[in-house]
Amino acid sequence: MAKVEPRSATIEATIRALAEANAGRPGALLPILHAIQDELGYVPESAVPIVANVLNLSRAEVHGVVTFYHFFRTRPPGKHTLYLCRAEACQSMGARELERHVKETLKVDFHETTSDGRLTLEPVYCLGNCACSPAVMLDEDVHGRVTPERLDQLLAEVR
Amino acid sequence: MASKRTRIYVPSDTTARSVGADRVAAAIADEAARRGVEIEIVRNGSRGLHWLEPLVEVEVGGRRLAYGPVSAADVAGLFDENFHEGGAHPLALGETDAIPYLAKQNRLTFARVGLIDPLSIDDYRAHGGFRGLENAVKLDGAKIVEIVTESGLRGRGGAAFPTGIKWKTVLDTQADQKYVVCNADEGDSGTFADRMIMECDPYVLIEGMTIAGLAVGATMGYVYIRAEYPQAIRTMREAIARAEAAGCLGANVLGSGRAFHLEVREAAGAYICGEETALLESLEGKRGMVRFRPPLPAIKGLFGKPTVVNNVISLATVPIILDKGAEFYKDFGVGRSRGTLTVQLAGNVKRGGLVEIAFGHTLRELLEEFGGGTATGRPIRTVQVGGPLGAYIHPSKFDTPLDYEAFAAFGAMIGHGGVVVFDDTVDLGQQARFAMEFCAIESCGKCTPCRIGAVRGVEVIDRILAGVNEEANLTLLRELCDTMVAGSLCALGGMAPYPVMSILDHFPEALSARGPKQRAVGEVA
Ligand SMILES: Cc1cc2nc3c(=O)[nH]c(=O)nc-3n(C[C@H](O)[C@H](O)[C@H](O)COP(=O)(O)O)c2cc1C
Ligand code: SF4
Ligand code: FES
Repeated sequence: MAKVEPRSATIEATIRALAEANAGRPGALLPILHAIQDELGYVPESAVPIVANVLNLSRAEVHGVVTFYHFFRTRPPGKHTLYLCRAEACQSMGARELERHVKETLKVDFHETTSDGRLTLEPVYCLGNCACSPAVMLDEDVHGRVTPERLDQLLAEVR
Repeated sequence: MASKRTRIYVPSDTTARSVGADRVAAAIADEAARRGVEIEIVRNGSRGLHWLEPLVEVEVGGRRLAYGPVSAADVAGLFDENFHEGGAHPLALGETDAIPYLAKQNRLTFARVGLIDPLSIDDYRAHGGFRGLENAVKLDGAKIVEIVTESGLRGRGGAAFPTGIKWKTVLDTQADQKYVVCNADEGDSGTFADRMIMECDPYVLIEGMTIAGLAVGATMGYVYIRAEYPQAIRTMREAIARAEAAGCLGANVLGSGRAFHLEVREAAGAYICGEETALLESLEGKRGMVRFRPPLPAIKGLFGKPTVVNNVISLATVPIILDKGAEFYKDFGVGRSRGTLTVQLAGNVKRGGLVEIAFGHTLRELLEEFGGGTATGRPIRTVQVGGPLGAYIHPSKFDTPLDYEAFAAFGAMIGHGGVVVFDDTVDLGQQARFAMEFCAIESCGKCTPCRIGAVRGVEVIDRILAGVNEEANLTLLRELCDTMVAGSLCALGGMAPYPVMSILDHFPEALSARGPKQRAVGEVA
């Protein structure tokens, strides 16, 4: 099951509180967006006007930043996120096959969530684990020397 | 007594954990308890012998003996053979320091990596930590800059610009506030040296940044760490808090009366934010768009103030230079490439890991003596050096010495020192396509040749590989590469064509629908 959605009024209060708590920091926008995503799992559209208001920026500026960075997502993710490394060192050890395997098994493409809401698949370009390729990151845990069988096991563990 | 207990080291960095080090540590603790064996488990950093991870070490008679790669299932058997007393076992590797892969290195920047508990300030000091900073607090900024210049240290983030000269510009620029920014965006595939420093010896980076602050007159520093490195972010934050509490950082650095504050900032998954001006924009809370220069960041950098921007390895190398002197460091290396390079052997390689070695050794020595050929046992077809913008190097060039100028002489680059190995099954047509695809995904969008050119590049390569108007499309691809090289503001658009052109020049059969996709070159067995 996907996370229970807190009522939107609560979400907005949370966003405002996080924005205000960080507003005094130099270059506060990225820390604020991180704080929101850490708390809610994503940066909802409704965050844009609130953050813009707190930082005295235009909505366009805030929206531009949210969309520029691959890491920020504007829709709620699944319960877990699998980041699959697509970069060269992993390619040399079978990342392309792994990618095909994951997409076929989970029936999702990148940036999509499985129909049961359990897992979101994201591409990543290097996890700094390139001597134990191919690598994936499941939530915040990196796994190396990943075969399709090992990946199936990992995914079964977070069911 | 604690001293009677056998000390067992199980690394805790991302790589060791990615192949089961936490499970191994838990199994060792359980098994020891079950057998009533008194042990103390230390979670050290990785030694960088990644093919042997998890590499467990046991301290016996003051020496550290290695066993690896250990899985949780091996643990009971290891205890059966009394490995905690140095017992023989098929996984035994002897004394860690005597393993040739490690013994042949020149560990200067990485002197403590894997030896100590990363967050222990006592360990750090006991292994020579803070000696460089202790010297630095007694010197004026100009003298520190002179020592760093004299050492010959060049930026390890990619562009190899002399570090001392950059610092001098910041020192000489008057301002009410200056900054030191550490570039820990480490986006290049095949690289993990920055991550290892942050996870395995974080205080050396803190010490290096503090020395930089004292040198140029900056009182505030930021470490900009990529979001893909959650463990490095946690470790650096904790290390900064502890260093402040210990008086090594903060309002009164080592009692000198001088201040230097440090803060970690988390990036958000844009490769271009490794480019220093895009990084500064990002730190300011904006989109990571590359800035025109001049002005240089050294003159107008973060929030318009003079700013040192250096890579993790550049900054982490400063403490040993201030400790042992410029001459000591400069003695390593060749030509204008002084000191050591932290090579990262990655991809399809038998013995992947971190090799810190004096400049001047050849690529072949690295691939054969350290790397031991491919992991699959097949011949090496090519290596890509210097990340996604680096050339695919043909085996006929493997005798090139590791030297910035020697690589530049044939259109290649050392960059951040990543070496990604491919065996003869690699489809270099797909690798060329990926170079363009990556540029298209990561372009900041400021200039047309990069933003549009990379998308066109993917299309043209697809047509070539499908056999559509091959001749004409190959000509078009060359022209497109030339346009991107000539018309891009930064090295993303300006160098993404390099891997493509290296394939066109040295592996032409790969970019053709008819030609054999695989031709074993096989110079390295
Ligand atoms: C597209 C692009 C990406 C870059 N990525 C990084 C990076 O991840 N880490 C880094 O230290 N330097 C990176 N650089 C180089 C920086 O712009 C800059 O030269 C470096 O941070 C300066 O530090 P150094 O002199 O210590 O190497 C990149 C450059 C470009 C053009
Ligand atoms: S070359 Fe590409 S990444 Fe660099 S400034 Fe131009 S558009 Fe941006
Ligand atoms: S290329 Fe996949 S972890 Fe570095």
